[in-house]
Amino acid sequence: MYRSNILVCGGTGCTSSNSMKIVEVLKEEIKKNGLEKEVNVTTTGCFGLCALGPIMVVYPEGSFYSMVQVADIPEIVEEHLLKGRIVTRLLYQETVEEDTIKSLNKTAFYAKQKRVALRNCGVIDPEKIDDYIAMDGYAALGKVLTEMTPDEVIQTILDSGLRGRGGAGFPTGLKWKFAAANDADQKYVCCNADEGDPGAFMDRSVLEGDPHAVLEAMAIAGYAIGASKGYIYVRAEYPIAVKRLKIAIDQAHEYGLLGEDIFGTGFDFDIQLRLGAGAFVCGEETSLMTSIEGKRGEPRPRPPFPAVKGLYKKPTILNNVETYANIAQIILKGADWFASMGTEKSKGTKVFALGGKIEHTGLVEVPMGTTLREIVEEIGGGIPNGKKFKAAQTGGPSGGCIPAEHLDIPIDYDNLLAIGSMMGSGGLIVMDETTCMVDIAKFFLEFTVDESCGKCTPCRIGTKRLLEMLDKITKGQGTLEMIDEMEELCYYIKANSLCGLGQTAPNPVLSTLRYFRDEYVAHVVDKKCPAGVCKDLLEFTIDKEKCVGCGLCARNCPANAIAQTDYIAPNKKRAAYAIDASKCVKCGACLDNCRPGAIFKG
Amino acid sequence: MKSLAELQAIRDKAKANITLRKENPNAARVYVGMATCGIAAGARPVLNAFTEEIAKRGLQEDIMVTQTGCIGICQYEPVVEVEIPGEEKVTYVKMTPERVARVVNDHLVNRNVVTEFTIGAYT
Repeated sequence: MYRSNILVCGGTGCTSSNSMKIVEVLKEEIKKNGLEKEVNVTTTGCFGLCALGPIMVVYPEGSFYSMVQVADIPEIVEEHLLKGRIVTRLLYQETVEEDTIKSLNKTAFYAKQKRVALRNCGVIDPEKIDDYIAMDGYAALGKVLTEMTPDEVIQTILDSGLRGRGGAGFPTGLKWKFAAANDADQKYVCCNADEGDPGAFMDRSVLEGDPHAVLEAMAIAGYAIGASKGYIYVRAEYPIAVKRLKIAIDQAHEYGLLGEDIFGTGFDFDIQLRLGAGAFVCGEETSLMTSIEGKRGEPRPRPPFPAVKGLYKKPTILNNVETYANIAQIILKGADWFASMGTEKSKGTKVFALGGKIEHTGLVEVPMGTTLREIVEEIGGGIPNGKKFKAAQTGGPSGGCIPAEHLDIPIDYDNLLAIGSMMGSGGLIVMDETTCMVDIAKFFLEFTVDESCGKCTPCRIGTKRLLEMLDKITKGQGTLEMIDEMEELCYYIKANSLCGLGQTAPNPVLSTLRYFRDEYVAHVVDKKCPAGVCKDLLEFTIDKEKCVGCGLCARNCPANAIAQTDYIAPNKKRAAYAIDASKCVKCGACLDNCRPGAIFKG
Repeated sequence: MKSLAELQAIRDKAKANITLRKENPNAARVYVGMATCGIAAGARPVLNAFTEEIAKRGLQEDIMVTQTGCIGICQYEPVVEVEIPGEEKVTYVKMTPERVARVVNDHLVNRNVVTEFTIGAYT
């Protein structure tokens, strides 16, 4: 029996900042102090506060150590574990309040969160099935197999109001109902773990922190629709998630929670992994299934929908990782419990991956209907360096930008659609005043042009033409007619593309045009980039009256574009410098190094 | 896995390890003084005795055992403080592993302070 438990984050963020080495040294130090029978060290999934990693929590005290360094470990072991003196200096400082230490759940980052899909992330060891079972794992599967009919399971999911967490928000229960209604000798349950939006890592964190939750839910889905086989399509770029999924599947087999005759009920279910090579289009359902079949990942027209003809032309359901992570809880706690959270049409919670210009980069889970302001300013800790909020991008390359005027809108599927963005899988990128909206639209377009599979013309050629126009605008070669032309092309691509990739690809352009048209106009008419990002429209100049002639700019210029002039300003000792615009590469190194503030860009 | 009972058995066994990872604001707290003076006087066996006794009775969810620093009465070490929510804190002194079972049984379970072990009996 251990008296103390130490949880060290083993998510991708903390692992890359060396948390595995911390575990190793921690175990060594504990042994050195003779505490190995008293203190247990566990590697868990993501805690969410990735900005402060590596993270380590010591229970029963609940002390939250952030940005732990290997060199700090001997001190923590000797002071805290041996002598019981919490090393306050190394704690997450928001938990320290004068003399006392606040509970983690009372800090700004965690107080407003409600963890359902992430309930076990940062709590259990994802590589131990016993840990998952201790948190009521596989109890929901036991319940549906022994007490419920497939129809009752589907009805419960329908009643809960759960909608697909992959982005489009289709009611999950309805999907199951359609697939259950189709008779076939074989049906399939698939899990979409091909998370491809730039800046999104919700699904990865669930798989890394709580892989059994997905396996259990897939088995429940299999029972509900009458399928005996499941596939998880996960990207090969997620090595930790893949490794933990493999371990989880093996352990579930060992316990007989996957395989034949589960719980002695005669229900068989098995899950296989399929690794995706990283094509964005394979996150689209028909492409994903084509890819599982071993063919080139390309979409096909719908109907027939997967519920009728999916994988290997058999009825199939495909749900996102986060959708599955909610299922077992709904079965155990009831549809009413789930429906009590969220807004009228969007129930439950949503996980967001916070990134960009924000203090607390990381993973947050909030009830639907939480406002963007609460997420950005309270949970996210606001914008660093005193900059002003400009926009938040949701939904990745399929979504749009939400400007400051809509900060107070309660986030749910329908509200986001109404303001020209979309929920998407949950990437939330915050932008401040130094971000150029035309440049952002161009960034996402570059992504979709790269990722377009090329099967249909509107997407293959349309997005390319759109990108070319954006490129011209950022270079100051645009016209006002071009902006109108672009808008028209956007609607054309949306209306005519074969799959979701093309149908949503113009969204970043449309939403920035809707809220930041003045920035486009500034690029076209004034030939200026208001945020100072588009290099072709920038010019760096030195105010010769302010220049003290120190020469720091010239020494830092990588292009040798700065030289001293003959002019000496009144009250200055040395001659001023000047920039040769024809040589300038617009890197901004001179500006960053100028102490008297004599250099301007614009 | 052929029955729900099997799952239940695994859950019960695994649960003890997990409960230590949650904060229970209503839990009774046992603080063992573990500064140099406490350790020298034998606080570590006392701490382990508490952990084991509580585990034996399956009370991990309701009682939290933790260490604390020196509280200034070094001549009475090992010192143990027991705090039950809503009740006054009780300080036990000169604790030994043998005394632990009585404190857990009489005080933490049956809510009767073991007066002869408290600091009042020694001053």
